[in-house]
Amino acid sequence: MNASNDLKPGVDTALPHESAALHVSGEATYVDDIPELAGTLHAALGLSSQAHARIDVIDLEAVRSAEGVVAVLLAEDIPGRNDCGPIIHDDPILASGEVFYVGQPVFVVIARSHDQARRAARKATIRYTPLPALLTAAEARSAGVFVLPPMRLTVGSPAQRIAHAPHRLSGAWSVGGQEHFYLEGQIAYAAPLEGGGIRLWSSTQHPSEMQLVVSHALGIEANRIVVEMRRMGGGFGGKESQSALISCVAAVAAARLGKPVKLRLDRDDDFMITGKRHDFDYLYEVGFDDEGRIHGARVEMTARAGFSADLSGPVATRAVCHFDNAYYLGDVDIQAFCARTHTQSNTAFRGFGGPQGAIAIEYILDSVARRLGLDPLEVRRRNFYGVGERNRTPYGQLVEDNLIHDLVARLERTSDYAARRAEIARWNGESPVLKRGIALTPVKFGISFNLTHLNQAGALVHVYTDGSVLVNHGGTEMGQGLHTKVCQVVARTLGVSPSRVRISATDTSKVANTSATAASTGADLNGKAAEAAALRIRERLADFARRRYGNTDVRFAEDRVMIGGTAVDFAALVAEAYTDRVQLWSEGFYATPGLHWDRDTLSGRPFHYFAYGAAVSEVVIDTLTGESRLLRADLLHDAGTSINPSIDIGQIEGGFIQGMGWLTMEELHWNADGRLTTHAPSTYKIPAVSDCPATFHVRLYDAPNGADTIFRSKAVGEPPLLLAFSVFFAIRDAIAAAAGGGLPPLRAPATPEAVLDALEALRQERTG
Amino acid sequence: MRSDPIRLLLNGRAVTVRDIAPATSLLTWLRTQQSLTGSKEGCAEGDCGACTVVVGELTGPERRLGLVTVNACIQFVPALDGKAVFTVEYLREQAEGLLHPVQQAMVDCHGSQCGFCTPGFVMSLWGLYHQPGRPNAPDRDTLLDALSGNLCRCTGYRPILDAAQRMFELPQLPLDHDAIREALLALDRDDSLDYRHPEGRFVAPRTLRELGQLKAAHPEATLLAGCTDIGLWVNKQFRRLETLIHVGRIDELLRMETVGDRLVIGAAVSLEQAYERLADAYPELRDLWKRFASVPIRNAGTLGGNIANGSPIGDSMPALIALGAEVVLSSVRGTRRLALEGFYLDYMKKDLAPDEFVAALEVPLASHGQVFRCYKVSKRHDSDISAVCGGFSLTLVRGVIRNARIAYGGMAATVRRAFHVEQALEGRPWDEDTLAFAMNELARDYTPLSDMRASAGYRSRVAANLLRRFHLETRPEAPLSEARTSVFAAANGALAG
Repeated sequence: MNASNDLKPGVDTALPHESAALHVSGEATYVDDIPELAGTLHAALGLSSQAHARIDVIDLEAVRSAEGVVAVLLAEDIPGRNDCGPIIHDDPILASGEVFYVGQPVFVVIARSHDQARRAARKATIRYTPLPALLTAAEARSAGVFVLPPMRLTVGSPAQRIAHAPHRLSGAWSVGGQEHFYLEGQIAYAAPLEGGGIRLWSSTQHPSEMQLVVSHALGIEANRIVVEMRRMGGGFGGKESQSALISCVAAVAAARLGKPVKLRLDRDDDFMITGKRHDFDYLYEVGFDDEGRIHGARVEMTARAGFSADLSGPVATRAVCHFDNAYYLGDVDIQAFCARTHTQSNTAFRGFGGPQGAIAIEYILDSVARRLGLDPLEVRRRNFYGVGERNRTPYGQLVEDNLIHDLVARLERTSDYAARRAEIARWNGESPVLKRGIALTPVKFGISFNLTHLNQAGALVHVYTDGSVLVNHGGTEMGQGLHTKVCQVVARTLGVSPSRVRISATDTSKVANTSATAASTGADLNGKAAEAAALRIRERLADFARRRYGNTDVRFAEDRVMIGGTAVDFAALVAEAYTDRVQLWSEGFYATPGLHWDRDTLSGRPFHYFAYGAAVSEVVIDTLTGESRLLRADLLHDAGTSINPSIDIGQIEGGFIQGMGWLTMEELHWNADGRLTTHAPSTYKIPAVSDCPATFHVRLYDAPNGADTIFRSKAVGEPPLLLAFSVFFAIRDAIAAAAGGGLPPLRAPATPEAVLDALEALRQERTG
Repeated sequence: MRSDPIRLLLNGRAVTVRDIAPATSLLTWLRTQQSLTGSKEGCAEGDCGACTVVVGELTGPERRLGLVTVNACIQFVPALDGKAVFTVEYLREQAEGLLHPVQQAMVDCHGSQCGFCTPGFVMSLWGLYHQPGRPNAPDRDTLLDALSGNLCRCTGYRPILDAAQRMFELPQLPLDHDAIREALLALDRDDSLDYRHPEGRFVAPRTLRELGQLKAAHPEATLLAGCTDIGLWVNKQFRRLETLIHVGRIDELLRMETVGDRLVIGAAVSLEQAYERLADAYPELRDLWKRFASVPIRNAGTLGGNIANGSPIGDSMPALIALGAEVVLSSVRGTRRLALEGFYLDYMKKDLAPDEFVAALEVPLASHGQVFRCYKVSKRHDSDISAVCGGFSLTLVRGVIRNARIAYGGMAATVRRAFHVEQALEGRPWDEDTLAFAMNELARDYTPLSDMRASAGYRSRVAANLLRRFHLETRPEAPLSEARTSVFAAANGALAG
């Protein structure tokens, strides 16, 4: 018989983050905390002051003669390719001849201290000839300027169905972008290795990509570059592709000077240089019946891509694949445009276009309900995907694991939605200035990289002769608890306590060709790979135990191995196996099965499974100032059989609050010259502690994943961000209450100004 | 060139510093010269709290130990002369290698995810935990306030708030306040600090007379109080500050007293202490106090600095102008007194001679029949800069408005009184007609600008609507309570839970 372990799912489930004690004591090492090598130099970037211009003259004399400056590098000093684009090669590391946004790096100063480098970078004189600039998605869309060809997914006969529907609604809408505001800014530290190689410590979600772009920039083979990443101080997608420029600059400087070079972006520079969540403009048209059922829908989504493609294509694809959210749209026409603008190149951000796609249908359904005078929850429910019928997504994949009906019904009950809605209506009737609103919104989120080949991972597990275990895998830790979960997977597989298992830094010289830790797939992919590695070792140990003890019944549990009736300490068996020349380390590999995706037709089976969730939010708004406050939130989220409920709840709450920030207070503002004027926490406001609602109920919808995932868990990184839709629509509900009905034209983010604008526009519409 | 060394306590040990530029930030010094990398740089402008440390200082004639959180990224090292600095690295020392209850609670409650902001949160909680005289289990408001200067992008704060409660439930770990006090007494200096370095000079005089002489001799010198703005000049604008005169060690500037019907607040009194006293006199200021800035900024920054800086979006001025505050200016030539609104001539331009400095602020105490409110509107509740901030004061005499004083920030190049509005109110009953007239008059007082915080149109509408809110709350007939007019009061009150 096979070896097995007795640990059931659920054991050790509230294990703290593997670095928790290091975090709280300040001992956790981030890139800038690594003790510096002797002779370390510091780089700073000189940035474009123009949105779009030809560079006529770069005068760097004052920079070169500034205190502490060792060298200044320009595009022509890059020995290999001047490009760090992840897919399409349109992303210069340093501008060459032309600049495409305010903040684009033009040159690098390397000095003896961080401060000297930054001061010197300001001293350049660059003369430009300004060229016409397109700053907004709308401008670029009108001009027909895109970073990629437009995408279109049409199923059924949407135009006909809309035309023949009993009711129609159409309009325009917009949702703003979002700065990642990882607390640790972008940073890379490069040290020369013998033979022209580079060792790079980079705060990145994608070490393998950093290895490749650095090898291209230096014009050397990938096997000379070693990229190491122990932990990031937050990533959220912002360090998936956009750590490349920082990594390349540090590596090129280190290679040129033969000295270790660190590039740490100041917060303002980070805001000015790096891309954000794409803001979206929408045009929509929908046909529906008296019940609020959608007959046909049409949407055109235009994303502000920025000056280069970066990941805008995949982001737009995910937006297309999430316009349906939890709803069956049999006749639908979805178009997506990636507008090329002279602004930062927008990039991955938790949800990766999914939130921007899904919130559009939520806005439409909310509007349909208001037009019909129905409870928006009823209209949402009537449009949910069916179970066994009405379950084909626009891109062709069947929804076979639909939990949304039961999940929403449960949340509706536990949150006391109906009674509260009635009570709010009563309260609003007596409140002249303040108005409350409530909304329940669902989430269905597809798990896997859309692009099939990225769905692979590798891991290495070493068991040492003292019985301690070291794991290395291709995923990166940015706070999401990936390493903790992988430790748990290996510990559970080997039947040892998690304290025996340690994870080492992600390292391109250990596991090769890894995918980005992105698309919520970190634990799904790397957990499976680590399990595979641990299983091999367990099998070898079991084989040895059978031979050694002559018993076929071998079980691993609680740091012991039960061989028939004999209990042997895990470490003792390991030591014995070593002397018997048993291989005590192994690699593991995993490729998600059953996926396929056709990029041309936008169809296939891109997702291994779907994750579900729903949230009820209640807000109060001030009709004089537009200020709002989240009073209570009830979240119910599907993490499958959770490997670590505490970590999963942390992801759910954190994603929700981050999504609330995106939709209510985080506002990016560019001035008429294309300069981002919100470039630091003094001007760009992410949620602070008192924005956390006093009443905050967060629960897991505990059901095993129908798909064969690691311990039947589900990915939980991105989907909860969409739960924050409920906050936005609760605000919209309150505005409607204040105006006595109607469809509030509320843009996102719903800042006080946006709320007041919507309220006044609606009041005028209703009285005028 | 004689130079006094800087002496401070770092994590309980006396340290002498001689070789750093005067404008070196505490954070840079900790990270690069003391190998204490637990404190992080998240923004270098005092807005994220990843660099939060606790500073211990002896204050008052009794030389009592106070512990306050500050942002290490915008504190200059010489300003910490004679003080105790505690960083996150101290906690395990204090707990003899184990985790401090604050840390243990954060672990137990899953309060860290990426961990980068965590040391800052831990220090804010540690400052609260060891605060002399704090209640055993502080209420939620106290916890929210204590953490208002720490941003976390991962957790959504709930587990950190849980940890803030949990830390008081764990076995207590004392801090030896007496030993710290003794060690600080040993560092006490009677004379001024004169720290000189090739990159500049840092002088901390001990008397008003000395300060006046220094300012007269060095009119170009920069006066430094809490460093919450000047720190940014260095970190963000790369300004070179040749001579810094620190006003934080002058007892005369650290006083607060009631003289007759006026509250006199010395220019170097911290925002936190000043607002505590102001909110005692005017409870209507409590909300502004808490929302003025985060706790570490309020601990470091001074009311005098806020006034001397004179930003058009400074939050103190609308309320203080509405209350009829006066600013006291000093120099070797003597002292003069100005109505606060008269101090601001134009954008960042003040009625202040090169040898003068702000010495104190005088605020009249509430008079009979006076109604007063102050409202701040911003995108975020905690630690944000106002789009509009309004101060409103009037006295109702037999139903008629007298002595109306209305001032707004965010509406013009300086914080200014709304004279047309005031005239519209003066001598009239406080009713709907008067309100409507006054709201109309606002357009004659201000032509606000659009910027990243708000559009001109929004500012104008909200300024008028705040006047309406003031009326709703103070009208003679059926005034509304704050819980009926403010989403924040509503959220904290009846609607919560």
